[in-house]
Amino acid sequence: MPLNEKNKKAETLSSEKTDCEENGKFVPVIVAFCCNWCSYAGADLAGSSRLTYPSNVKIIRVPCSCRVNPTFILRAFGRGADGVILAGCHPGDCHYSTGNYYTRRRMTLLFSMLSYMGIEKERMKLQWISAAEGVKFAETMNEFSKSVEKLGPCKKLGDLRCK
Amino acid sequence: MQRIGVFVCHCGSNISATVDVVRVAESLKNEQNVVFSADCRYMCSENGQSLIKNTVKEYGLTGIVICSCSPRMHENTFRKTAGEAGINPYMVEIANIREQCSWIHKNAAEATEKAVILGRAAVAKLNRDFPLTEGESSVTKRALVIGGGIAGIQTALDIADAGYKVDIVEKKPTIGGKMAQLDKTFPTLDCAACILTPKMVDAAQHENITLYTYSQVTNVEGYVGNFRVTIKKKARYVNETLCSGCGECTLKCPSKKGKNEFNMGLNNRSAIYIPFAQAIPNVPVIDTEQCIKFNTGKCGLCQMTCQAKAVDFSMKDEYITENYGAIVAATGFDIISLDKFGEFGYQMYDDVVTSLEYERLMNAAGPTGGHLVRPSDGKEPKTVVFVQCVGSRDIRECGKEYCSKICCMYTAKHAMLTREKYPDTEVYVFYIDVRTPGKGFDEFYRRAAEQYGVRYIKGMVGKVYDDGEGNIMVRASDLIAGEQLTIKADMVVLAAATEPDKTARTLGTMLTASMDTNDFFTEAHPKLRPVESPTAGVFLSGFCQGPKDIPETVAQAGAAAVKVVGLLSKDSLKSNPCTAISDPVICSGCGACKNVCPFGAVELAEKTVLTERGRETRLVSVVNDAVCKGCGACTVACPSGCMDLKGFTSSQIFGEVDALCR
Repeated sequence: MPLNEKNKKAETLSSEKTDCEENGKFVPVIVAFCCNWCSYAGADLAGSSRLTYPSNVKIIRVPCSCRVNPTFILRAFGRGADGVILAGCHPGDCHYSTGNYYTRRRMTLLFSMLSYMGIEKERMKLQWISAAEGVKFAETMNEFSKSVEKLGPCKKLGDLRCK
Repeated sequence: MQRIGVFVCHCGSNISATVDVVRVAESLKNEQNVVFSADCRYMCSENGQSLIKNTVKEYGLTGIVICSCSPRMHENTFRKTAGEAGINPYMVEIANIREQCSWIHKNAAEATEKAVILGRAAVAKLNRDFPLTEGESSVTKRALVIGGGIAGIQTALDIADAGYKVDIVEKKPTIGGKMAQLDKTFPTLDCAACILTPKMVDAAQHENITLYTYSQVTNVEGYVGNFRVTIKKKARYVNETLCSGCGECTLKCPSKKGKNEFNMGLNNRSAIYIPFAQAIPNVPVIDTEQCIKFNTGKCGLCQMTCQAKAVDFSMKDEYITENYGAIVAATGFDIISLDKFGEFGYQMYDDVVTSLEYERLMNAAGPTGGHLVRPSDGKEPKTVVFVQCVGSRDIRECGKEYCSKICCMYTAKHAMLTREKYPDTEVYVFYIDVRTPGKGFDEFYRRAAEQYGVRYIKGMVGKVYDDGEGNIMVRASDLIAGEQLTIKADMVVLAAATEPDKTARTLGTMLTASMDTNDFFTEAHPKLRPVESPTAGVFLSGFCQGPKDIPETVAQAGAAAVKVVGLLSKDSLKSNPCTAISDPVICSGCGACKNVCPFGAVELAEKTVLTERGRETRLVSVVNDAVCKGCGACTVACPSGCMDLKGFTSSQIFGEVDALCR
């Protein structure tokens, strides 16, 4: 893509961004990784039940929570996410039997690594949400978005050269 | 170089009411490699599909992005369309702008902005997509039905009649389930045993059906079309082939103090017993906890009595492993424990019974021969109080928040039958609401109230207590009259809430079939796929999916059977192409992937690979596509980053992350 075009797009993007920043209020960017079998279906149920949660929460579908490499989460923080949430099936309910157990261990390590890097642990959340828990999905997203909003923008990784 | 087409669906007004679809289509035109972008009223309609096909041709598209409803809804539809249009079905990405956007956000500007961003993520992912081809796997032409109640029996009969082999696994010593315990069935009042036992016999005699009673599934491996199941056949200590079912042993057995489970513990049975007269198989089983021989080593009267020499104390539990193409869960229900409902006095008074106990008391084959008497003193009750919704529609922790569905009708049945047999008996029914949707159901309830003089009182029972003179008193509120009532009752019958059978949760875990918070199996779609589990090859029959009466159970059992037959009639199945893939050049052969794979799909094998150091022959990981289910556990475990997951590659997910955070 030619450079000037890229700049133009960046401009339109930033103008779009201000649309949802009401009176300069900080709106966090939140990436939600949801496993296909439980949490993504839970999000669908929240949708068909018309349960609202903030529009700044954006979902990426993965087959299982164990597909989420910690580097995906670091990349999100690196590219400007203020909070990342990973949602999977309840322990014992994994569609692939044991996937979420791996997730749980990996995320335990990631949590300690994030705090070592100076990223508040409240910016990253691991939550089990089943396909039948539309209400829980919406509630989780509401609460998480609110708590990240309180923390303010995440600048720790955001200004690395990779941006 | 990709050529991408973007299609934004209005979904009538479901999306377009909150999302400015024209603006979304316009914005996405600027994305990388997008050569076409438009909106359409219904993408899933004939028009929408031909729009896709025509555009693919006209613009020479290599992939398409659909901004529409959840991919769980229409992903397959659009993949098929893409295939028909001549592009690889896996070059399709869906941005979920309905469930995740228009339905949950009220602010149009916010919703539109989010829809654009979700669209961008889908384009970013598609830019990193590559064509995938589905593999093929075989189908074992045999089905397994877990649970031998009316649901399991009907499913098995229908599958067997269609010409396929089917096995029933039942944990109790006989098939028949809860229906066998019932007296009459609503709303026709025909006798449960009269309509059930012929079906039990049919199942036992059917050439395509094998029964495993007193058995349990202990392990499930494999996947749709190729399940490998281990069944534990518990020792009955009676040889099924030798036994003639004469029942002499049960009469001779000196240990007669066992609780008769079939009669809900209302009377006793011997240690060697046949659960009930029409049990199938008609073969006794020994309760080893109660048996004198097993406890002291002395006795063995049953063995001496048996002329067929069928009693065998040395029998051991047997494990059978069998292959199946499809599995049906038909585990049924139970009633909840009333331990935490002290207000009804179930634990304190013998004459406070559950509806299932009452059912046995009314049954001609029950402990009283169908003569309605109080369990405490054997006298006929003059006043019977029925309490509905005991634990159902109860948001307290001890209760169940759902409606058990069958209680209103069976309570009407009990009340009606009581008044019919004993017209002098006063019958009260306390209810919160009477729910009678169903063919002939409301008429039935009105008959009970109007013709049979059953006193229906809207209100809840607050307390069941003893008046100090041995009488049971029921304190309740009458919501319509607005007063408190105290009734002296001879018997109180509690319509205890239903719950899925205790074994359902363990089975669900083994099958990796999802369940809701109440342990009911979840269906693949609540409206359109009600008899299938989201796990391919697993089907649902009867109460285990949600509260149901007998006609509904039988209907669902038939529906599940048709789905099974549809699956078994195929010679091969298309397998999921989104499997793990290993790059042998980068792979160091450490085997971390092999250790985390729950399906044993990754092996280490000698391979010659061309590296920058030249040709090398070494151990590298190899994925078996037929076995890999595509969870991606190995992709994260791999320390060298050689494992990736087709359809969800790291580069694709990075692309999505970048697009969302841009």
